Amino acid sequence: MSSAAAVAAHGAHAEHHALGFWRTYIFSEDHKMIGKQFLFMALFMMAIGGLMAMLMRWELAFPETQVPGFHWVPEPFMYEGAIPPNTYNAMFTMHATIMIFFVVMPILVGCFGNFLIPLMIGARDMAFPKLNMLSFWAGAVAGVILLSSFFVTGGPAAAGWTSYAPLSAVPIYTGVDWGQNLWCISIIVLGASSLMGSINYITTIINMRTRGMYFFRLPLTIWSLFITAILLLLALPVLTTAIALLLFDRLGGTHFFLPAGGGEPLLWQHLFWFFGHPEVYIMILPAMGIASDVIATFSRKPIFGYRAMAYAMIAIAGLSWIVWGHHMFVSGMDPVLGGSFMLTTMIIGVPSAIKTFNWLGTLYKGNIHYTAAMMNALAFVAMFVIGGMSGIWMACTPVDMYIHDTYFIVAHIHYVLFGGSLFGVFAGLTYWYPKMFGRMMNEGLGKIHFWITFVSFNCTFFPMHILGMAGHMRRIYNPQQYDFLKPIIPINEFITISAFVLGAAQFLLLANIVWSYFMGAKATENPWFANTLEWTTPSPPPHGNWPGTVPIVYRGPYEYSSPEVAEDYLPQSQLLEHSAGAADRRAR
Amino acid sequence: MLEYLYFPHDISTFGPQIDWLFLLIFWIVAVVWTAVMIAMVVFMIRYRTRPGRKAEYIEGNSRLEIIWTTVTAAILIVLAFMSRSTWADIKEHGPPGDVFYAVTGKQFNWEITYPGRNARLGTKSDIIVENELHVPVNKVVRIDLTSKDVIHSFYVPNMRLRQDAVPGRIIHVWFEATETGQYEFPCSQLCGFGHSGMKGNLTVQSQEDYDKWLKDLYANPPAPPSATEGASPK
Repeated sequence: MSSAAAVAAHGAHAEHHALGFWRTYIFSEDHKMIGKQFLFMALFMMAIGGLMAMLMRWELAFPETQVPGFHWVPEPFMYEGAIPPNTYNAMFTMHATIMIFFVVMPILVGCFGNFLIPLMIGARDMAFPKLNMLSFWAGAVAGVILLSSFFVTGGPAAAGWTSYAPLSAVPIYTGVDWGQNLWCISIIVLGASSLMGSINYITTIINMRTRGMYFFRLPLTIWSLFITAILLLLALPVLTTAIALLLFDRLGGTHFFLPAGGGEPLLWQHLFWFFGHPEVYIMILPAMGIASDVIATFSRKPIFGYRAMAYAMIAIAGLSWIVWGHHMFVSGMDPVLGGSFMLTTMIIGVPSAIKTFNWLGTLYKGNIHYTAAMMNALAFVAMFVIGGMSGIWMACTPVDMYIHDTYFIVAHIHYVLFGGSLFGVFAGLTYWYPKMFGRMMNEGLGKIHFWITFVSFNCTFFPMHILGMAGHMRRIYNPQQYDFLKPIIPINEFITISAFVLGAAQFLLLANIVWSYFMGAKATENPWFANTLEWTTPSPPPHGNWPGTVPIVYRGPYEYSSPEVAEDYLPQSQLLEHSAGAADRRAR
Repeated sequence: MLEYLYFPHDISTFGPQIDWLFLLIFWIVAVVWTAVMIAMVVFMIRYRTRPGRKAEYIEGNSRLEIIWTTVTAAILIVLAFMSRSTWADIKEHGPPGDVFYAVTGKQFNWEITYPGRNARLGTKSDIIVENELHVPVNKVVRIDLTSKDVIHSFYVPNMRLRQDAVPGRIIHVWFEATETGQYEFPCSQLCGFGHSGMKGNLTVQSQEDYDKWLKDLYANPPAPPSATEGASPK
C-alpha cells in the first residue's frame, strides 16, 4: 500500500465519533491509549518487582533476620518476617521475570512503540488496531497469570528467570509445583502478545509512513523500534518453543532436558540464550533510540552520524544472533566453541562504541539545554558506557571463568538495564509526557528524582563489581555462610542502604506522574521546539492523530540549528519555498 | 593491586594469567572510560546553553567514524586472540594428571570420590567423602566432574576456577595448587533452596601430610552416603 493510499484508508478514522467508556479506556483500539495502558501496567509491575528487590537487599545485608514491617506475611512465605531460602529464590526469580518481561519490555516496546510509531511516521493509527488491542490484553493476562503464582501451594517459580533445567524441569528439585507451570504459561502468553505487537510495528513502519518519510528520514527512535520488532518476531518463538518443551517435561513426562531419559540439560541453555541475547538488545535498542532523539533535541544539533547510528543498530541486531554462547563459557560447552563466541562477543562491542562516540559528537559544539529529560538521557549514555565496557571482562573467556555467576554480572546487567534502559525510559517519559497527557511534567521534581536516582543507583550497583571480584556468587541468600566473603559484609550493607534510597526515590517519579496529570502546566503543541512529526499536532493528539491532513515530510528529523532558517529548529514537515525540500516536492 | 580490589589470594598455576588479563582489560577500560568521561563533561560544560548562542550545524564526519570503528575493532579483536591462547592453555591442553578424583554435585553437597588403595577410580575400593577435598601441593589434580540431579558449579575462588557440573555428562577439570592451606569451594550455580551454603572444603597439603591423611582415610573409611540422598530434597 502506498503511503498516500494508507492515509486515505485511515482518513476514515479522523471523523471520529464518541466511543463509550469501555471502548475508549479499556478495550481501546487507539494506539495512544494502548501505549498508556502498557505504561500503567508496567509502572504497577515495577512497584512489585521493586519491592522484591528491596526484600532481597535486606536479606543480603542482614541475613536471616526479620524484615521490619513484614510480620504479617503468612508462612511459609516468611516466618515472622524472616525470609526462608526458597522465598529468596522465588523473589529473585520473580524480580527478574517481572522487570524484564513486564516492566522494561512493556514500557520501551509496548508504551513508546505504540504511542510513538504512528505519530512519528505520520500515520493515523497502527496497521492492525484490533491486533494491537489484543496484544495489550494478552500481556495483561500474562501478568495476572504470573502474579497468581504467588498464591498457589509451593509459591512462585524459584529456578531463576533463566529457569535452567533440570532444576526447573522437575518439581521436587525446587519444591515448586504450579508456580513454575504458571511461570511457563505466563511467558508463553506474553510471547504471543509480543508477536502480535511486533508484526504490527513492522507492518506499520514499512507500509504507513507518510509522504516523504523515507527510511533514512525516520527518527532514530523509530529505527530502534523497527529493529527491535524484528528481533522480537524472530527471538520470542524460540523461547516459546523451549518453554513448551519444559512444560512437557514437567507435565507430560517427556525428557527433553532430563538426562535420565536421554535428554540434554544444555539444550535448554542453548535455546534460552539464543532467545536471551537478542532479548538483551530488545531491551536496550529502544532506549538508545530515545536517548538519540532527546540528546539531539536538547543539544539543538543534528545527531552526529545519523546513518552510522542506524547502521550500528542494524549491526548490533545482526550480531546479537551469534553471541549467545558467551552465557555458556563454563557450562560444559566445547571450549573451542567458547573461543569463537568470545570473538563475536568482542566484535559486538564495536557498534556500541560507535553509538557512544556519536552521542559525544552530538554534544560537541551544541547549545545544551539541561532539562530533566536531557539529564536522564545523558545519564543513559554515561551508564551505558560502564555497562557496555564491563561486558569486555565477561567476553574474555578465561576471566569469565572467574567472574561468571558472581555479582560482577549482576552489576553489569543492572548498569545496562537500569542505568541504560530505565534512564532511557525516564528520559522518554519526561520528553513525551506532554504529548501523552497534554501537560508538562514538573521540571524541579523531575530533576530531584534524577539526582537522587543517579547517585543512589551508582552507590547501589557500582560496588557490586567489587563483590564480584571478591568472588561473591549470585543467587545466594546468605553471603555470611562463606569465610572468603567475610571481608565484604560492610559493602553489602552499604549497597542495601543505597538500594533503599533508590527504591524510595521512585515514589518521586510516581508523584510527578500523578501531580503533573492534574496540576502540570498545559502543554503546547511543540513545547521542546522539536522537529519530528508528533510535535505538529495538539497535545494530546485527537483520535486519528492530526485534526487536518497528515503532514508531509521534506527532510530528516534532526535539522536543528540549520543555516537555512533563523530559528534553531526546522520541523520535518515545514516547507521552505527555496530549499531542496520544495524542489523535492515539485519533482513528485 | 588486585588485593585492593578484594580478589582472593591466588594459589593456582593458571590464576596469574587470568589475573593478568583482568588487569589488562582494567587498564584499557580505565583509559577509555576516563577519556570518554572527560570529553563528555567538557562538552557538557563548554556547550551549555547561553543567551544568543546557536549550536553549530554539524551532521557528522565520515573520517572520524572510520577511525573510531577501526581502532575499537582492532583493540577488541587483538584482545580476543590474546585471551584465546590463555583459554586454550587452561581448557584445551592442560598438563597430564598426577592425582585423580571424581567430584559429584548433589542437592546440596559435594561427593568427593578418592581412588582406593589400587589408585584407580571406578573400582570397588573407591572411597566417597562428602565436602572434604584433600590434594597434594604442586601436583596436577584432575577431576571428573558430574552431578546427580541438577546443574551445580564447582567454583574455587582462590584458583580462579569454575566449571558447571552437569547431570549426564562427565567434564574434566584440572588445577595445580601452589600453596598449602584451607580454602572453600562453593557451588556457584543455583541448584535449589539449599544452594546458599552448599560448599566444600579444599585442603592443600604437603605430600607427606597428604599421604598421612590418605592412610588414615584408607584405615577408617567413612560410611558411604545413602543412595537416595541427593535424589530428593529433604
